[in-house]
Amino acid sequence: MYDIKALYEAESVQHACALLLAHPEAKVLAGGSDVLIQIREGKLAGATLVSIYGLDELRGVAMEADGTIRIGALTSFSHITRSPVIEEHIAVLGEAVDMVGGPQIRNIGTIGGNTCNGVTSADSGSTLVAYDAVVELTGALGVRRVPIRDFYIKAGKVDLRPGEIETAILIPKECYEGYKGHYIKYAMRNAMDIATCGCSANVKLSGDKKTILSARLAYGVAGPVPMRAPSAEAAANGMPVCAETVDAFAKAALQDVNPRTSWRATKEFRLHLVEELARRALTEAVRKSGGEL
Amino acid sequence: MHETQYKLVKCTINGKPVQKMVDVRASLTDMLRNDFSLNSVKKGCEVGECGACNVLIDGECFNSCIYLAIWADGKNIRTLEGLLGPNGELSDIQQAFVDEAAVQCGFCTPGFIMTAVEILESGKEYTRDELRKLLSGHLCRCTGYENILNAVEKTMLRRLGKLHD
Repeated sequence: MYDIKALYEAESVQHACALLLAHPEAKVLAGGSDVLIQIREGKLAGATLVSIYGLDELRGVAMEADGTIRIGALTSFSHITRSPVIEEHIAVLGEAVDMVGGPQIRNIGTIGGNTCNGVTSADSGSTLVAYDAVVELTGALGVRRVPIRDFYIKAGKVDLRPGEIETAILIPKECYEGYKGHYIKYAMRNAMDIATCGCSANVKLSGDKKTILSARLAYGVAGPVPMRAPSAEAAANGMPVCAETVDAFAKAALQDVNPRTSWRATKEFRLHLVEELARRALTEAVRKSGGEL
Repeated sequence: MHETQYKLVKCTINGKPVQKMVDVRASLTDMLRNDFSLNSVKKGCEVGECGACNVLIDGECFNSCIYLAIWADGKNIRTLEGLLGPNGELSDIQQAFVDEAAVQCGFCTPGFIMTAVEILESGKEYTRDELRKLLSGHLCRCTGYENILNAVEKTMLRRLGKLHD
């Protein structure tokens, strides 16, 4: 038995919003792979919960008429990885969420939960930030769309207002078209582990594959929330595809990050990872884009 | 003290339609063990790390310890007990675990076998490395993983008609 004070099951998105307004102390329960564990640990013991797990309308990946990729907030990691839309247009996201936990966790864990818990190590976080994803939030008063970079406020805190739930992640066409990306999760184990550092890079190359038209880079665990590395991007944008560019890109990333020492790794080791993972992730993204290094 | 909340859950367990009033605080592990005596579903870590409580829900593997019993409403659930033949005969994958010495204390075995069922029923052929990843949500503290991998790999190849013995 879980130590749950009360549990309310939402029957629709609007019902979920009403339940959250009626029970302001309640936590939203999506797949539960964070919330239920925190109840077991005691951190959330005695919690009041609003379960949205039954809202099947929040599941699935779809391509909208304007080319926006829409990922329902309750879509599980494994369904994201297996989605043909994801595989074709933003394969790196499918690869990144395929590194979360283990197979059973990827069947229960949702992208909505992964973003709303505001954790820097979330394997989806850095790739979504790198692709300028937009978070769709629905409340009693309507729908808000927030760029994911603004959605993350601080460690464990996101821009969710009372009575709101996340209903989708949106990736506009201009944010993914022509880009190929690569994600590297550095962790002690290949399964059931949390990233010591996660790095997601993507590039758009010129037609002759000799110039980087646009490079984007984001990290998990290089600061309190998933973050972009604008200095690194500036060092690569418009530059020729060559080892010197990759090196300048990787070194510049160090100006953008602010990792800390934790029991998993020291700050110094994380800084080493920031540079080295940027180098490897960009190299791989260039290769996937048809460039030669 | 607040009042205990209950919910009527209707689902299919090992092919049989059932219904049960469950406490909303119960995990699916609690329900399967306490209400249906399906004791192959082990209580291991109870935080979704060890895979001992793994069951199939609508064809996908889930750690039932971190799955609320009320979520089972309308679902098709399969546990190790459902693999046995009408007279208690072992299925091919269970027999393979015996033959390959992939069982010692047996605590992780039902969870591993249910993941193996999902792998086998996909009808696909996986490499050894892919199988390692697919089985990586389970911890075994006795035999180690080689014999378990052997059992799953051999059963996969037998079902695909690629291993004759």
